[in-house]
Amino acid sequence: MLQANTSFAPVTRDAHERERLENLHPSEWRNPQPVDRYHLAVIGAGPAGLVAAHGAAALGARVALIERELLGGDCLNSGCVPSKTIVRTSRLYAEMRNAAHYGAQIPAAIGVDFAAAMQRLRRIRARISRVDSIDRLRAAGVDVFFGEARFTATDALTVDGTRLRFRKAMIATGARPDTPSIPGLVEAGFLTNDNVFDLTELPRRLLVIGGGPLGCELAQVFCRFGAQTTIAQDMPLFLPKEERDAAQILSDAFARDGIEVRLNTAAVRVRVEDGQKLVELISDDYKSTVAVDAILTGTGRLPNVEGLNLEAANVDCDATTGVRVNDFLQTSNPRIYAAGDACLEHKFTHAADASARIVVQNALFFGRRRLSALTIPWCTYTDPEIAHVGLYVREARDQNIPVKTFTIPMHEVDRAITDGEEVGFVKIHVKERSDRILGATVVASHGGDMINEITLAMVAGIGLSTLARVIHPYPTQAAAIKEAADAYSRTRLTPTVQSLLRRWLAW
Amino acid sequence: MFDRTAQWRQPSLRTVRLVVEVSELTDEALLDGLQRAAFGYFLSAVNPTNGLVADTSRENSPSSIAVVGFALSVYPLAVERGWMLRADAVRRSLSVLRFFRDSDQSGSPEATGYKGFYYHFLDLHTGLRVWRSELSMIDTALLIAGALTASMYFTANTPEETELRELVEVLYLRVDWLWSQGGAATIRQGWKPECGFLHYGWDGYNEAIVLYVLAMGSPTRPLKDDCYEAWTATYQWENLYGYDFLYAGPLFVHQFSHAWIDFRGIQDRFMREKRCDYFENSRRASQIQREYAQRNPHEFAGYDENCWGLTAGDGPSDEMPEVANERRHLFGYAARGVPYGPDDGTLSGSAALASLLFAPEIALRAVRNMGQRFPEMLSANQYSSGFNPSLAGTDGRTWVSSGKFGLDQGIVLMVIENYRTELIWKLTRACPYISTGLRRAGFRGGWL
Repeated sequence: MLQANTSFAPVTRDAHERERLENLHPSEWRNPQPVDRYHLAVIGAGPAGLVAAHGAAALGARVALIERELLGGDCLNSGCVPSKTIVRTSRLYAEMRNAAHYGAQIPAAIGVDFAAAMQRLRRIRARISRVDSIDRLRAAGVDVFFGEARFTATDALTVDGTRLRFRKAMIATGARPDTPSIPGLVEAGFLTNDNVFDLTELPRRLLVIGGGPLGCELAQVFCRFGAQTTIAQDMPLFLPKEERDAAQILSDAFARDGIEVRLNTAAVRVRVEDGQKLVELISDDYKSTVAVDAILTGTGRLPNVEGLNLEAANVDCDATTGVRVNDFLQTSNPRIYAAGDACLEHKFTHAADASARIVVQNALFFGRRRLSALTIPWCTYTDPEIAHVGLYVREARDQNIPVKTFTIPMHEVDRAITDGEEVGFVKIHVKERSDRILGATVVASHGGDMINEITLAMVAGIGLSTLARVIHPYPTQAAAIKEAADAYSRTRLTPTVQSLLRRWLAW
Repeated sequence: MFDRTAQWRQPSLRTVRLVVEVSELTDEALLDGLQRAAFGYFLSAVNPTNGLVADTSRENSPSSIAVVGFALSVYPLAVERGWMLRADAVRRSLSVLRFFRDSDQSGSPEATGYKGFYYHFLDLHTGLRVWRSELSMIDTALLIAGALTASMYFTANTPEETELRELVEVLYLRVDWLWSQGGAATIRQGWKPECGFLHYGWDGYNEAIVLYVLAMGSPTRPLKDDCYEAWTATYQWENLYGYDFLYAGPLFVHQFSHAWIDFRGIQDRFMREKRCDYFENSRRASQIQREYAQRNPHEFAGYDENCWGLTAGDGPSDEMPEVANERRHLFGYAARGVPYGPDDGTLSGSAALASLLFAPEIALRAVRNMGQRFPEMLSANQYSSGFNPSLAGTDGRTWVSSGKFGLDQGIVLMVIENYRTELIWKLTRACPYISTGLRRAGFRGGWL
């Protein structure tokens, strides 16, 4: 959303926040004098913009990077980084409460220090901000401009009145939370990923609207911090893109944590009474009202495409799906490319990163790299984590690919048992009667790390029979992947093969 | 949805006697005893005025239309076994079929049905909707399957049996299966006058094959041609514990449609691709249940290779005062399944028995073993809906669901009968609507 330039100013003015601000948008900054024409003008300094700017500059290109708020984008400031820090803290609280499960004593008093958790968040965010800092960009030779970018021609734009000419440009303006149109919500006030990490006090009662990745992660975090948490999802299961078992396991995990799970439930009206927010919920014919102190919405994201004056540059876009690009990430203006959340269906940091690398090659070096050739995994960092790569079974069947899944429940994995982390599974989908991996879902405490091995196999074209030869240290949770590969190998032992082997051994 | 009160039970003299019996009886005698006891439910739970049958034996239980479907299916076998006079069976069947024909089909909140479907739960006496229950597609299908079974058995040329067949024809032909898609690719799970179609659809794999077969076979308002394929689009063919199978967690999913339809040797497109059939699939699903219980990942009491049966049914719930000290989450009435649960240590004896058709050796071993170790799960030789050995007190008393559920008794009766004589299968194999439905769904081969 287009906001005043000061909207990124931190709520908490501690040393960590001062450091972050100095790294990502120094108060004394003066935009440089632009060169005559840039090889590449990058609009937006989130993960895609930073990768493209550093990458192109390292290859000798003259690069302008334009950012209206903070370097690092959502990922660093209001997304992956802050959320993962509190995910970890909340997991620790859950483990403390569950200490008896590990043969340890439950601490006599488990008092949640929310302020300390948030201070840790700010400290870690400031530390990681050094990687994305203005100093590193300057050292790399990138011209950084803070301000609103606006196209004025097919090969030029202005930043707060300064004209920049470019041979090529990349739009990487990211996305913002899509606010649900619920009567009374705006008046009552609500949280999104933009402001939830600014909280200094834990809401006593929280309603999370939306069961996508953000809603699921933060519902669990706040519940584990001690907030009385309800999550309402207007669908039969959470994470509707994921497979049913994954979503079901997550629902069960939420119930164990004490989250009040409301599936098939829509929030239809909000009003404020006596300082509390009353939210009317409706599920088929069942109506109810929950009283909460805070509402968090996680109902999707909209691309930031307004205000860029894209028409002047002949760049087509859609308010919902973002900048229109072809498989080479080129827009309707062949000089201008796009990357990251502004144009991608999969709005992930790593997808933004990968798409930006494609743009640098295609825009500057006549590359012909395709977006569709990427194998993009993703992960929702709930407990357990839900990670996926490649095709879902449903997608394979839609494409008439016969598919078979090798399933290893985590309770079959020794290290998961010793770790007390048996919830979940590894499912690897192969083309029937072959070992070609089509996709995989891992639901496990560390599913996000485990999926990498399968992604590697897919990218390298390695099949399950080769994975069966990969020795895994014993015991590790990732050995579940080897077990799935072993299960595949056993299916090769058909009755005919068995009979041949018997005859051989009898000889 | 159900009265969740339960009780702690002392093994009664009768169950002590059963322990002795179970170990001494032949398979045939054991099964006969269990089957006959299960039939007792349908004699005691019926409202003779309208033929409706109570969902459970608990006080003030309404009727479940699915349990009526089981009742209509088991009267013929009771006649064959000499447990009921043919005239009595016809009278009971007629009574309930007439009730449904004459019932309020306006779809109003207090009606009995709409578009040929019926509300899931009906007042046992008035036959009107209770508990704001949904107009249920699957439960209507089980009711209709039972009605068709009855019409295939009562084929005598008498005024009563002729009327019975005509009533069944009326009930089947007036079901608007096409409407039940609600414009979607698959059948919706339910409809309510208050809010229209429910969010969920019947997407495979689950117990709804019989629903699809009946809905495809209708000469009046069948499903669209591609509806069955849409239902199979969500199938998951998985290798788990060394078995390849069409995955579904709860055991009843693999059993219910088989009570009516003989799936041996017939294959739809999916099963042809997998070189399997649904019957063989249910055998593997039974083996997987056994494997799971043997592994027993949550370390629940009682579970082993001869004590298994995670399915939909009653279990202890967190709200019950008698289990207030239990730290684990308890799920009450739920569809328990393997390998991802939910699993709170609750098993169903009837679910293990209902695998008799597919995997008789392991099912019989489980029936005997569970009967000997946990006799309290049976009373008067009828299975309770669930029991939970992990919730046994120091005196060894195991938590047992109170009362009896009609669905459990019905599946026990039908499975044992098909195992002994294939009576139900023989009847439905000759039913043209079912054959047509199977063919339209793409089934070929075998008896078809």
